[in-house]
Amino acid sequence: MIEERSLLSKVYNGINILLILLLTLLCILPVWYTLVVSISDRAAVAAGEVFLIPKGINFASYQTIINDGQFFRSFFISVQRVIYGAAITFFVVLLMAYPLSKSTKDFKSRNIFMWLLIFCMLFSGGMVPWFMTMKSLGLINSIWGLVLGGGLPVFNVILVMNFFRNLPKEMEESALIDGAGPWRILFGIFLPLSTPVLATILVFTIVGHWNEFFQALILMTKNENYPLQSYIRQVTANVDLTKLDAESVKRLTSLSNQTLNAAKIFISMLPLLVIYPFFQKYFVKGITLGSVKG
Amino acid sequence: MLNRSAYKHYYLMLLPGLVWLFFFNLLPMYGILMAFKDFNPGLGIFKSEWIGFENFKYMFELDDSKQVFQNTVFIAVLKMIGNLIVPLVFALMLNEVKNRLFSRSVQTIVYLPHFLSWVIVAGIMLDILSYTGPVNQLLALFGSDPILFFANADMFPWIIVLSDIWKEFGFAAIIFFAALTSINPEMYEAAAIDGASQFKRLTSITLPSILPVAILLGTLSLGNILNAGFDQIFNLYNPSVYSTGDIIDTWVYRAGLIDMQYGLATAVGLLKSVVGLVLISISYTLAYRFANYRIF
Repeated sequence: MIEERSLLSKVYNGINILLILLLTLLCILPVWYTLVVSISDRAAVAAGEVFLIPKGINFASYQTIINDGQFFRSFFISVQRVIYGAAITFFVVLLMAYPLSKSTKDFKSRNIFMWLLIFCMLFSGGMVPWFMTMKSLGLINSIWGLVLGGGLPVFNVILVMNFFRNLPKEMEESALIDGAGPWRILFGIFLPLSTPVLATILVFTIVGHWNEFFQALILMTKNENYPLQSYIRQVTANVDLTKLDAESVKRLTSLSNQTLNAAKIFISMLPLLVIYPFFQKYFVKGITLGSVKG
Repeated sequence: MLNRSAYKHYYLMLLPGLVWLFFFNLLPMYGILMAFKDFNPGLGIFKSEWIGFENFKYMFELDDSKQVFQNTVFIAVLKMIGNLIVPLVFALMLNEVKNRLFSRSVQTIVYLPHFLSWVIVAGIMLDILSYTGPVNQLLALFGSDPILFFANADMFPWIIVLSDIWKEFGFAAIIFFAALTSINPEMYEAAAIDGASQFKRLTSITLPSILPVAILLGTLSLGNILNAGFDQIFNLYNPSVYSTGDIIDTWVYRAGLIDMQYGLATAVGLLKSVVGLVLISISYTLAYRFANYRIF
């Protein structure tokens, strides 16, 4: 290892670490602030007395949420959406990636499908035609509109396909000699070897479905069908500031229930914050594999 | 190697994905016809009257179209630059730290904002930057009057760019971390023996090794020049910042789904999609020519 002992390098490294710590702190501060507000006294928050340390700790906001039927309904719609979405994406992407990982020698029409997928990934009809299609398919107010509406996740197909192509050829060849068909090769050989990339697309899908709010906002005509993020948006949405003077903004701020909103926000981000560190080693690998390849 | 009998299995494996693709990617493209029609919901897309490029002509005559285009490009370009430089610099900084536990913990924490939705981040931002919020409290300590951040059109694009960088810099640095760990450590040892200082090693080994990756990522991001970030702006803007914060996507949303000018909104969306497709194709071609980068 390289050792540095000069004063200059000590100062250099010291400042460097200090800046890194500052940036790191900046990343968790908003989350911490939300937690602090959610467990603080409502009046203290409205008076602007709460920042880093909770004041008048209480869990009234969380008790209110427990009795809030709509919050739970939305929460479970989101859970349902994530489970359906992740399961469907997983199998569809896995199945598609295998034939597409073949060379044109082994699967002649491969490139036709490849270009079709790439085209659909890069080009879309836009928001209005999409909405019209969903309407004519009868997917307004349906969970399936949320699960399938985003279209085929082409990027994930490409990620898994590239991973398959980098697996050693010999294993597949020896399996072929033993008389294994495509299904057995995919599920018996490729699947068990592909944990990193499959975990990566699983994370992407879970995060995408959990955090998506806009499709639900326009597909759901009844608020009771909103998933969690759309519900949260409804309670925290920005007000039209043009019509308000400074005084009324102040009044409005103290009226809106900041502690309750903070508690809702905190609960809605908690699931992802708890799971992402466990997937970290996979998505780091998955991103590296999928992006910069010579 | 493989015989023809494998083909029917391949098609079977592709089938579910192709069905999905057909209904939710290809079918909406049929609606593009609306851009060239005087769309009447009662008649449907097919029976509505053709009007050629009327919708496009009208779009260019609108007062806000130039402004909306400028806002989009301004915000998108600043984001492209910021989201390249900040992660790069951050990765270089963290690379100088030799303590593995420290650097791993820092990495985990800076990935965090990426996993929050814009609904959540916007909710927190509206609170922190509110009239009585902590930022204004802090400013008050320095004797400044409170600022209505989200009513200030001059500040709005910068708030958008900075919060986007805040959210994504850690996650975007993953690529650079990977590139940095693939540098041969023997180069550093040799340089140290030759008496190169820590700073000298940074400028003459680390930077040149990582520059190609940065250039490649910069090239690939060119296709995003019309993507200023719908989810983010949609959750943060309000009419008082439309002059600087309204972008193509938010405009299309309001024109199409709120004001129900279907033909016009489809035309604008289509133009954006076509320009985006051309730009992405150019950037991918460049990346392929000069860096041998391929997506498949």
